[in-house]
Amino acid sequence: MRLWDPRIEEMPKEDLQKMQYRLLKSLVYRLYSFSSFYHDRMKEQNVHPDDIQELSDVRKLPFMFKRDLRDNYPDRIFTAPQEDLVRYHVSSGTTGKPTVVGYTQNDLNYWSESLARGLTSIGLGRGDIIQVSYGYGLFTGGLGMHYGAERIGATVLPTSVGNTERQIELMQDLGATAIACTPSYLLHIGEVAEKMGVSIKKDTNLRAGILGAEPWTEKMRLRIEDWLGIKAYDIYGTSELSGPMFTDCAEQKGVHIWSDLALVEIIDPKTEEPLEPGEKGELTITMLQKEALPMIRYRIGDITSLEEGICSCGRTHPRIQRIQGRVDDMLIIRGINVFPSQIEHALMGIPEVGQHFQIIVERKGALDDMLVRVEVAKEAFSDKINDLMQIRSNVEHKLRNSLNVNVNVELVEPGSLPRFEGKSKKVIDKRSM
Amino acid sequence: MDTKKFVIRQISIFSENRPGRLAAIAHALGEENINILAFSIAEANGFGVVRALVDHPEKAHDKLVKLGFNTAFTDVIAVKMRDQPGGLYEVAKILGDSGINIEYSYAYSGKEGAVLILRVDLVEDAIKKIKNSGATLLENSVFH
Repeated sequence: MRLWDPRIEEMPKEDLQKMQYRLLKSLVYRLYSFSSFYHDRMKEQNVHPDDIQELSDVRKLPFMFKRDLRDNYPDRIFTAPQEDLVRYHVSSGTTGKPTVVGYTQNDLNYWSESLARGLTSIGLGRGDIIQVSYGYGLFTGGLGMHYGAERIGATVLPTSVGNTERQIELMQDLGATAIACTPSYLLHIGEVAEKMGVSIKKDTNLRAGILGAEPWTEKMRLRIEDWLGIKAYDIYGTSELSGPMFTDCAEQKGVHIWSDLALVEIIDPKTEEPLEPGEKGELTITMLQKEALPMIRYRIGDITSLEEGICSCGRTHPRIQRIQGRVDDMLIIRGINVFPSQIEHALMGIPEVGQHFQIIVERKGALDDMLVRVEVAKEAFSDKINDLMQIRSNVEHKLRNSLNVNVNVELVEPGSLPRFEGKSKKVIDKRSM
Repeated sequence: MDTKKFVIRQISIFSENRPGRLAAIAHALGEENINILAFSIAEANGFGVVRALVDHPEKAHDKLVKLGFNTAFTDVIAVKMRDQPGGLYEVAKILGDSGINIEYSYAYSGKEGAVLILRVDLVEDAIKKIKNSGATLLENSVFH
């Protein structure tokens, strides 16, 4: 099956926008009338539902931030009564106090539908065996992907995270054709498999990875595809949107954001002005059909750009490009903005070092000092100190060129940098300790 | 001349320069009952390379790789020196006169007397020149 919901997925853009306008208008009326939180916010902004006369009037509405959920912990801004909720998820709280999201049956349904479209678009369906190696539980990844995969009639292998050797055995024994997990966990699986004498490429049926929940790069995609012999697809989402929700299609030219579910804006994080398609800025999403926790102009904090053109797969819905970093992950080193993703990107072009790295930022005297620790690849190890020194200065040189800031590099033993089974924490900023 | 029998397989191990790394390597080799006949450490800022001649290089390599160490084989040669003043000079002069560069070297004094382990840029040439000059090269069977 090529399309899960052809009527929606190939709907002409004008029709989609009309649909978005209708959905936005009724959402705003509903929230203004029935939620004190949204009502007060709109009053403060001096905007009334009647002011929404066309789609671009969304810009008149106030922004929402993660702190709105934290400040109203656990469920004070939910717009559905508890008895209508069928599930809670709780975010990990890596950037502060945890946040709770609630779902009605319709919310879960749209979430699964969204994933069903995405999974179909990468060629998965009935007959496929999808290993879900996202964590099951409070985290949205495991259960979200689970129901999405069941929706398309695939067989789910719900391995969750951890016990990697067993995951690899089951992948082989049951013939999993796709795996959903974080890219760093897939790299870990690849490494453990090699130690077990298993080649993912030759000894398994795996042909697709649905990878997300942490930033990764195009180069990492190519590396994963080449090494493991699979197609690696990006998946995007946050718990506030529902969870992992939107994916690449088979064209791998960006993540399709379904217009009937979400209205996307890219804004300049400083001026809050809208940016043109193609310009890099902060992703801002309005969820058009959520019942329990609608998000209006939610400032996710991810940096990306929007592609409005019709995709070569035929789908008319806009695509976001790979996440370039986070507004709040941005490190400022000697006044220069540095994203960990830039470092990852630069390292991927240097085969002498592995794909893992750790950034340590310290203040030495008055100056910021950035140390990047990398592992020497097995193939690159030379008995000669000079060759190793050369690798180090080469890495320092390339990082300096791409970041415009001085970087010290430390070569460490392979396997010695921490591997993360969930979201990677690759930065140790000692300045803030 | 069969030069192959004089080529000795040294194992080289990448190591971070922090406490306990040499102990970890030595412990691993001890566990496998591998004897270290000669070794040296080269260090640079933050990391080093441990080089060793052992009686079972393959076994040592496999064990260290299994433990996650970055390990490689390097070809070296071993020359017997006179264990008295001028002994090192005689060997070094042969190579210097022949335009062969010594990348690194280390020595030990064992039951064969004083022995100089050499990593040179032109292994075959070095073996021929040393042989022709009358000095004694140790065969790899002495080690492995």
